[in-house]
Amino acid sequence: MIEAAGLTKRYGKTLAVNDLSFSVAAGEVTGFLGPNGAGKSTTMRMILGLDNPTSGQVRIGGKLYRELKDPLRTVGALLDAKWVHPNRSARAHLRWMAKSNRIAESRVDEVLETVGLTSVAGKRAGGFSLGMSQRLGIAAALLGDPEVLLFDEPVNGLDPEGILWIRKFMHRLADEGRTVFVSSHLLSEMALTASHLVVIGKGQLISQSSTEDFVARAAENTVKVRSPQLPALRTALTQASAQVTDADRALVVSGLDSDKIGEIAAANQIVLHELSPQTGSLEQAFMQITGDSVEYHTGLEAEAAEVVTAAP
Amino acid sequence: MTLLAVERIKLFTTRSPWWCALAALAVVIGFAAIISGAAPAGELTEVSLTQFGYGFGMAVIMVLAALSVTTEYRFSTIRTTFQAVPNRTAALLAKTGVVAILSLVVGEVAAFGAWGLASVMRPEDLALDTAAEWTSVAGVGVVFALASVIAIAVGILIRHSAGAISLVLIYALAVENLIQLIPKIGKDIYEWMPFRVADRFLTGSGPARAEAPLSQAGSLAYFAGFALVLLVISLVVANKRDA
Repeated sequence: MIEAAGLTKRYGKTLAVNDLSFSVAAGEVTGFLGPNGAGKSTTMRMILGLDNPTSGQVRIGGKLYRELKDPLRTVGALLDAKWVHPNRSARAHLRWMAKSNRIAESRVDEVLETVGLTSVAGKRAGGFSLGMSQRLGIAAALLGDPEVLLFDEPVNGLDPEGILWIRKFMHRLADEGRTVFVSSHLLSEMALTASHLVVIGKGQLISQSSTEDFVARAAENTVKVRSPQLPALRTALTQASAQVTDADRALVVSGLDSDKIGEIAAANQIVLHELSPQTGSLEQAFMQITGDSVEYHTGLEAEAAEVVTAAP
Repeated sequence: MTLLAVERIKLFTTRSPWWCALAALAVVIGFAAIISGAAPAGELTEVSLTQFGYGFGMAVIMVLAALSVTTEYRFSTIRTTFQAVPNRTAALLAKTGVVAILSLVVGEVAAFGAWGLASVMRPEDLALDTAAEWTSVAGVGVVFALASVIAIAVGILIRHSAGAISLVLIYALAVENLIQLIPKIGKDIYEWMPFRVADRFLTGSGPARAEAPLSQAGSLAYFAGFALVLLVISLVVANKRDA
């Protein structure tokens, strides 16, 4: 539903986005990952026709954004919750947006109800907390009941209940067949929310795959085994040509899956106290894959490296 | 048409347009009161003198107009606007239209209010008899409307509230007068400066009529043309640049 082809954006001397091509399908939640300064927000602005690409184009359902009639009814977006006039009430903000796209005014109250802002609808938006502003932004995105939704850091400022709500909400939207494109830094949240990932770094595409594949590709998949007969187990496993490392009263095995290890142990009459596959975390995968593409390094590189190699 | 309604909602759901409109009314009518009170008996015979304070009211209106655009840039609601209405020209023209209509209304109310107050306070004949007298009063609204168009164009180009307001106020209140100080050619340039020409349009019946390079109608066309050119430039820039 969203197709980007060769998107490039140059601001003066900085190349923010460099020949980026990806596609986002309908019916699933696609995550947009990347370190700070990777070009995520710029890309999203280009999708909405706010920034003009230096070259390349991005189409929504085959059309450029400016070719859409009543675009809010096709694409709903929350890019920044602060893009509201502080002296205007929440309801007035949604009213003018609805009117501009011939959306019924009753829809304003509907979306306010959906995000839980009905009680403060008449209050000026400048007095809202971060969470309330975020909800207002989500309400604005939903206003036209669009089939494509873009969210830039939607959980920013939401409490745990809010985060759970928006995760379920995005899943429901995707299940309804809509296209949901979410960018976020919260990797743990992304792992739970997105089924597909588009990962960029320094303005370029790094990977485009399902979340599982991304994690599997990057992080080592190992199995942790505990047994009262560790030395015997180690011998048996090494003979089966697995790599075995000692960890704190356990063995970390790579090269064999847990099924095989269980069978080997049974064949050698070795009791197992723990046999748990350790799948890499999204955080590890992310750090590893985007390690070179981080735009703004802090002095914490050593600690970042620790995250990658830490046994979970 | 829908876009005009949209801009109307936007304009009237914030506080500053209300305050600016009130201020403009107060300034113009207030000045008329001062003049009516202070001029010696028998000297307030020119209707156009009741509009003495229009220039200051116009400055306030220009601030209102510039702000209507610059606050959109400041709070990034211009991005929301262009997201909702990708046809940027239509969106900006609708905004210009609504602000211009408001300026027209405020100008007319202020001018007739000032004239009315003066007529009541002074015994001299200030009745609107001639076409020229009507122009000097009713024309204020038109000048306000065109001035607001200029201010919006400046707002779109500069985007920065403080910068746009400073430029608009200093220009409207001081710069054109100061041009006269340029040796030799100052006075000639001055006669062709847009706000000077707008003043000619309003006070064409005044004693300085003989020196005006353009007729009253010509002056209005010149001022309108200037506003239009500036608006077109600002629309082209707004379309080309990133939101």
